[in-house]
Amino acid sequence: MRKLTIPEEEHMLPGHTACLGCGATIAMRYVLKALGKNTVLSIPACCWAVIPGVYPHRALNVPLLYTAFEVTGAAISGIREALDALGKEDVNVVGFAGDGGTADIGLQALSAAMERGHNVFYIMYDNEAYMNTGIQRSGSTPPGAWTTTTPGGKKRMYKWEPKKSVAEIMVAHNIPYVATATIAYPEDMIAKLRRAKEIKGPKFIQIFSPCPTGWRHPPDKTVEVSRLAVQTNAFPLYEVVNGKYRITVKPKNPKPIKEYLKLQGRFRHLTEEEIARIQEYVNENWKALLKKERCSQED
Amino acid sequence: MMKMILTGNESAAWGARLSRPKVIAAYPITPQTSIIETIAAFIANGEMDARYIRVESEHSAMAACIAAQNTGVRTFTATSAHGLALMHEVLIWASGARLPIVMSVVNRAMAPPWSVWTDQLDTMAERDSGWIQLYTQNNQEVLDSIIMSYKIAEKHNILLPSMVIEDAFILSHTAEAVDIPDQRKVDDFLGEYEPAFKLDPEDPAGFGSLIMPEGPYMEFRYKMALAMEDAKKEIRKVVDEYNETFGRDYQPFIEEYRTEDADAVLLVLGTIGSTAKDVVDRMREKGKKVGVARVRYFRPFPTEDIRALAKKVDMIGVADRSYSFGPGADLFAETRSVLYKHTDIPVKNYVMGLGGRDITPAILEKVFDDMLSVAKEGVADKEIEWVGLHGDERWST
Repeated sequence: MRKLTIPEEEHMLPGHTACLGCGATIAMRYVLKALGKNTVLSIPACCWAVIPGVYPHRALNVPLLYTAFEVTGAAISGIREALDALGKEDVNVVGFAGDGGTADIGLQALSAAMERGHNVFYIMYDNEAYMNTGIQRSGSTPPGAWTTTTPGGKKRMYKWEPKKSVAEIMVAHNIPYVATATIAYPEDMIAKLRRAKEIKGPKFIQIFSPCPTGWRHPPDKTVEVSRLAVQTNAFPLYEVVNGKYRITVKPKNPKPIKEYLKLQGRFRHLTEEEIARIQEYVNENWKALLKKERCSQED
Repeated sequence: MMKMILTGNESAAWGARLSRPKVIAAYPITPQTSIIETIAAFIANGEMDARYIRVESEHSAMAACIAAQNTGVRTFTATSAHGLALMHEVLIWASGARLPIVMSVVNRAMAPPWSVWTDQLDTMAERDSGWIQLYTQNNQEVLDSIIMSYKIAEKHNILLPSMVIEDAFILSHTAEAVDIPDQRKVDDFLGEYEPAFKLDPEDPAGFGSLIMPEGPYMEFRYKMALAMEDAKKEIRKVVDEYNETFGRDYQPFIEEYRTEDADAVLLVLGTIGSTAKDVVDRMREKGKKVGVARVRYFRPFPTEDIRALAKKVDMIGVADRSYSFGPGADLFAETRSVLYKHTDIPVKNYVMGLGGRDITPAILEKVFDDMLSVAKEGVADKEIEWVGLHGDERWST
C-alpha cells in the first residue's frame, strides 16, 4: 500500500465562507495538516478574518486570535513569549496574514518580530492584492495587473511596478528559514512546513494563493493557475535555510509567461509588447534566483 | 518597610515589578523611557522574572501585550503622548477584548510644535477608548496605583485595561521618598493571575471574530459600560483593602482638601493638586474660604462624588491642563454635564499649564480670587478662561 503524502488529520472544519476556488483556503488546510493540532493562530484583517465564519461559528479547530491589520508580527511575538513564560514551548505559534497585511501595512511589525528572533511561523498567503476589501493593488501585486485601484482606463493605469519580494526581505533579516510555496505543490509545501517546524526561531513562508474572484479566472482553474505560476517561473518555489538557497521545483523547459497570463482576466488588457516585457522581467528574476542558489551553495 | 528615593518613573517600574507581570513589551519615548529602562535593569539583574519584548513601536507594544494577555499572562507597558496616540487603534482593541492590561502613561504635550513637557491632551484624547484612567499626584501614588490597578482590572466582572497616569517631569523625573511595599504582602494582595479566557490548544476558541449587526456587538459594548460602572464599586473596595494592608489613606475617586466649609472649590487632575493645596492653606490664613478637589479617576467618571461636592459649595472652578475644542476642556465639560439639573451653582473652566507651562502658586491664587468673585456674583463672567496667555495682563504675576 502506498503511504499518504499529505497528512490525513484535518483541523479545518466544513462550513467556511470563502469564495469558490479560494487558494488561501487550500493553503490554510495544508498548513494545519502539516503543523498539527498543537498550534495557535493569529490572523489580522484579511480574507481569512472572514473565511472562518461569523460569530459564533468558526471553521478552524485550533485557537485563533483575530487582530488589527498591521500587528501580526507583534501579536505572534506576544503569544510566543506568553506561552514560553507558561512553559508551553512546544506549541506552534503561527501568524497567517495576507499580502497587504504583510508586504504593506504589517511590514514594520513583521520585520521587528523576525529581527528579534522569536520562535514563530509567519505565513504570508499571497493573493497579490487586497482581496477582502475588493481587489485593490498591494506591494505584492505583479506588474501588468488590473486591480480596482489600478483600473487601466484611458491612461492604461495598471500596476506596472515590480512585485515586492517579501521573501527576499526576510532573507535579508538573516532568519533561519525562508521559503516560498504554492497550493499546486502540496507535498513541497508540507515538506517545507515540516522542515521549518524542526527549526527553533523565526520561520517565514510565502504561499502563492490564486484568487479566482480577484484574478478573474474560473474557480476550477485555481490549481492550474498555481501550477502554471511555477512552470512559467512567475512564482518560483525555493527555500533559504540559514542563508543557503535551494530551488525546490525547477521547471525543465519553462513555459512562456503568456500561458499563465492568458488564463486570468486581470491580465486580459496586456499587449504583445507588454507581455514581452513581463517575460523579460520573469526571466531576469529567475536568473537572479539561480545565481543566488549557486553563490550561496559555494563555500 | 523599605523607603527609597525614587522618581515617578522609577516608582512606576517598581509598581510593575511588585505586580509580577510575565510579559513586558517596551518602546522608548521621552519622558516615559526611564520606566522601561528601569524594568530592563530589574530583569537583567534577575530581580524581576518577565519576558521583555523590545518592540519597534508603541502600536506593536500594545499589540504584543494584547496577544500575550490573551494567551493567559499578566502584562505591562508604558508610553506617552505620540506613543499613546499611535496606540489608539489597539487601545480600543484591548478594552473590547476585555484584557486587563495595566499601562503607565506619562502625560506629555502633543506636537506640533514639539514639546516633551506635561499636558493632558494625550490621555484625554483616549477617554473614550474603554480604559480605566487614573491620574496621580505623587510618586507613592504612582507605585501603589499600579498594584491596585491590576487587582481592579483583573476582577472577572471588570476585565477592563487600566492606565496609571503621571505628569511629565513634575513626577516622572522628580525624586522623592517612596515606601516600597513588601513583595510577599503584594503577592498576597494580588494573587496569581487568573485569566477569564485564553488561547489554548487544549480548548480551542476564537477571539475577536466577525459579527453581523444583529449579532451581540451592541451587547458587548453594553457589558463594557456595565463593567465601567461596576468598577466604581470595585475601586472603593480595593482602595479600602490597600489602605488597610499597606497603611495608606487614599480616597477612591476624589481627594478633597478643605472643602467642608468652602465657598469655592477647584477641581484638578494630577500634580496641580499639590500646588493648589498649598495655596488653599495660604488663602485660608487670609480668611478666604477655598478648597481643592483632586479627581483621581477620570474613567470611570466620579459622577456621584462630584454631585455630592457641588451640594457643599457655592462655586466650582475646573482646572484643565488640556483643551478639547468643544464646550470647554474635558474635566470641565464632563463636570458641568453631570451637574445639569443637580445644582444651580456656577461652574467655570480655567485652562492652564498647557505644554508644561508652570502653574505657580501666584497664578493659582489669582484663580481662587476669581472663583470667589464668581461665587459671590452667583454667575460666571465667562465659562472658559485661558489662564496665563502671553500678553494677558489679567493673569500676569
